[in-house]
Amino acid sequence: MRWRRIRAIALKEAIQIRRDTRSLIIALFMPFMQMILLGYGVSLDIKHLPTCVYDREGSQNSQALLKHFQSSEYFRIVSVLKDYREAKAALDADRCRIVVAIPQDFSQKLSDSGGSSVQVLADASDDNTANIAIGYAHSVVDQFQSDLARGALGFGGSPSLLTQGVDLEERVWFNEDLDSRDYIIPGVVALIMALVGALLTSLTISREWERGTMELLISTPVLPSEVMLGKLIPYFAIGMLDAVFCLVFAVYWFHVPYRGTLFALFLTTALFLVVVLGVGFLISAGIKSQVGASQIAVLVTLLPTSLLSGYAFPIDQMPPLVQGVTYVVFARYYVTILKALFLKGSGLADLMQPVLAMVAYAAVVAFLAGRAFKKRLD
Amino acid sequence: MSPALPPRIEARKLVKRFPGVFAVNEMSFSVGEGEIFGLVGPDGAGKTTVIRLLAGVMPPDSGSATIDGVDVVADPERAKQFLSYMPQRFGLYEDLTVDENIRFYADIFEVAPSIRDQRIGPLLSSFGMAPFQRRLAGQLSGGMKQKLGLICALIHTPRVLLLDEPTTGVDPVSRRDFWKILYSLREQGVTILISTAYLEEAERCTRLALVHQGVMAYCDTPARLRAMMPGKLLNVVSSQARDVQKAIASLPGISGALLMGDRVHVAVDDDGRRIPEIVRVLEEAHIPFEPPVPAEPTMEDLFLALLRERRTSP
Repeated sequence: MRWRRIRAIALKEAIQIRRDTRSLIIALFMPFMQMILLGYGVSLDIKHLPTCVYDREGSQNSQALLKHFQSSEYFRIVSVLKDYREAKAALDADRCRIVVAIPQDFSQKLSDSGGSSVQVLADASDDNTANIAIGYAHSVVDQFQSDLARGALGFGGSPSLLTQGVDLEERVWFNEDLDSRDYIIPGVVALIMALVGALLTSLTISREWERGTMELLISTPVLPSEVMLGKLIPYFAIGMLDAVFCLVFAVYWFHVPYRGTLFALFLTTALFLVVVLGVGFLISAGIKSQVGASQIAVLVTLLPTSLLSGYAFPIDQMPPLVQGVTYVVFARYYVTILKALFLKGSGLADLMQPVLAMVAYAAVVAFLAGRAFKKRLD
Repeated sequence: MSPALPPRIEARKLVKRFPGVFAVNEMSFSVGEGEIFGLVGPDGAGKTTVIRLLAGVMPPDSGSATIDGVDVVADPERAKQFLSYMPQRFGLYEDLTVDENIRFYADIFEVAPSIRDQRIGPLLSSFGMAPFQRRLAGQLSGGMKQKLGLICALIHTPRVLLLDEPTTGVDPVSRRDFWKILYSLREQGVTILISTAYLEEAERCTRLALVHQGVMAYCDTPARLRAMMPGKLLNVVSSQARDVQKAIASLPGISGALLMGDRVHVAVDDDGRRIPEIVRVLEEAHIPFEPPVPAEPTMEDLFLALLRERRTSP
C-alpha cells in the first residue's frame, strides 16, 4: 500500500464531498434535524394524560382525591362524567385514555374500615400507556392515602393509618428523574451516526460506477485496499465531527448528564464509526447504483438500530429469538456503551464486552469489504 | 510493424462471452512499437470489449494477451503500470478541476512531484488547455474533455495507449488536433491502439483492423486494404442524390449505393457494363445527374464492400 495513493484518493473524495450539496446536507444538516426530531419527538414518558372523572360521592374526601389527580403532572382532567354510559362513550370516542370512578360509599368505607377503593378504567388499546397510567394512578392514590393519614388534608383523618402503613422508599440510580429523554438521547446519537455514516459511504463506490469514473480508476495500478482506505478517511473525519456535534448537543441542549471519561467516549465512538463506515463501504461495493445502495444503507441501519439496538426498547424484554437477532445489530454495542458512559459513568474496563464485540465486528466487516470491491468490470 | 522488435501489444486467441453472444471470438493480433493500430467496425462488433480485455479491467474467458511482454490476464496490475486506457465514456471526475484531475492521476501513478510539475505545464500548453487549468472538468467541451483525458493518460509516460473511440462527439477541428498529438506520441515511440467510429480517421492509422461480430475480419495497412476493394466504385453527382440512390440501389450488378451529400458512391462489379445501365435508369426516372465517373473508394466504401462480401461468402 502506498500512502501517496491513499492520500490522493482521500483528497479527491474530500473535494467531491465539499462540492456535492447532497452529501453536505447528509453530513451536516441531517444530524442536526434528527437530534431535534428524535430528541423532542421520542419520549416514553406519559404526561398530561387526558382523564375523565366520575365522582359518585361528591364528598370532601372524593374531591380531595381528584385534586391529587389534577395536580399531578401525569393526568389532565378533561371532563366530569355523570354515569358509566358516559364513561364508556368517552373512552370509545378517545376523549380520554383513563377514567377515575369514585364509589358512592368512598368516605363511608374509609372511616369505617380504614380501607376503600377507587376504580380506574384504562383504554388498553395502547397497553403500554395503559400500564404506565395505572402505575401513576397507584402512586397518586398512595400519595393521597399518606396525606390523609398525616392529616395533611385537614379533615377526617384517621391517625391509625399512619402506624399501619409501610412506606417503600424508592431510590433510583443513574437516571434519578426517571426521565426517558436521558435514557433515549444517547441512543439517538448512535442512530444518527449509523445512518449518516452508512448512507454517505454507501454512495462512494456506487457513485464512481454510475458516473463512469470507476472504469478509468480500475485501469490504474491502484490497490483496492488503497481505494477503500482513501475513501474512508474523509468520511471518518465527517463522522467524528458529527459525533462531537451530537454529543455536545445532547449534553448542552438536552442536558443529558455525561459521567464517563472523554477518552472512553472518543475511543468507542471511533470504533463504532469504523464499523459503520465499513458496512457502508460493503454495501457500496456490492451495489452499483447509488439509489439502490442508499436504500440498502437505510434498511440495514435505520430499522435495526431504531428497533433492535435497545436505544428505546429494552433488549431483555424482547422474545428470545429477537434477542438473538440483536447481536447482529452493530449499534446495540455502541448504544450499550453510550448509555453506560452517559448515565453510569462506567470506565472502559466495565465495557470490555461490547468493545470487544465491536472490534470483532469491525474486523469481519473490513475483511468482507476488502473482498467485495474488485477491480474489474462484469 | 518491424519484425525485429517484440510486439508491444499481443493478443492470442482472446475470447469473451456475454450471455448469448461471443463479444470477442478468438481474436489474435500484435502491435509493434510506434504503431497506431486502428480498430473499426459497427457498434457491438466487440471493439470496446477487446480494448477492456487488453487494459486489464475485464478478464477474458480464454486466450491471453501481453502488454510490453507482461501477461495482462495473469498479472493485470503490473501491466497497468505502463499502459494508459481511455474508456469510451469520459472517465475523469467532472466535479474536479482540470488541474485536480491531472494531479490525482499523477499521484495514482506515483509520478515524482518534481517530474509531475515539469510535465504539467508543457502538456497543458501543447494541448491548448493552459487557460482552463482551474475549470471543472464537467464544464469543458467534448473535445477538451478528451484532451484532458489524454493528458491524464500521458502524465506517467505510458508505453502503450489504449483509446476507445476518443474522438466520438468531438468537433472536426479538435479531432484534427487530437490526431496531431497522437502522431507526435507515435514519434516518441508510444504504441497506440485506437478504436474509432469515424472511418476517415481510420486512414491515419498505420494498420487497421475491421472488427465484425467479435472477429477480426481484415487487418492490414490502409493502402493494402484499399487494394482489396472488390469491383469498381463510381461517383454520381446529382442535385437529387437521394433519388439517385433509391433508383439504382437495387439494380443488378450494384452491390452498394452510399449517399454522401450531393453525390452517391456506387459499388459495381463491372463499370464498363453498368455505367450505361445507370444512365438509362436515371434518364427514364427524369432525375438530373452528371455522368458517372470512377471514384477513389473511401474507408467507408471499402468496409461496406468488405462486410458485404463477407456476408455473401461466409
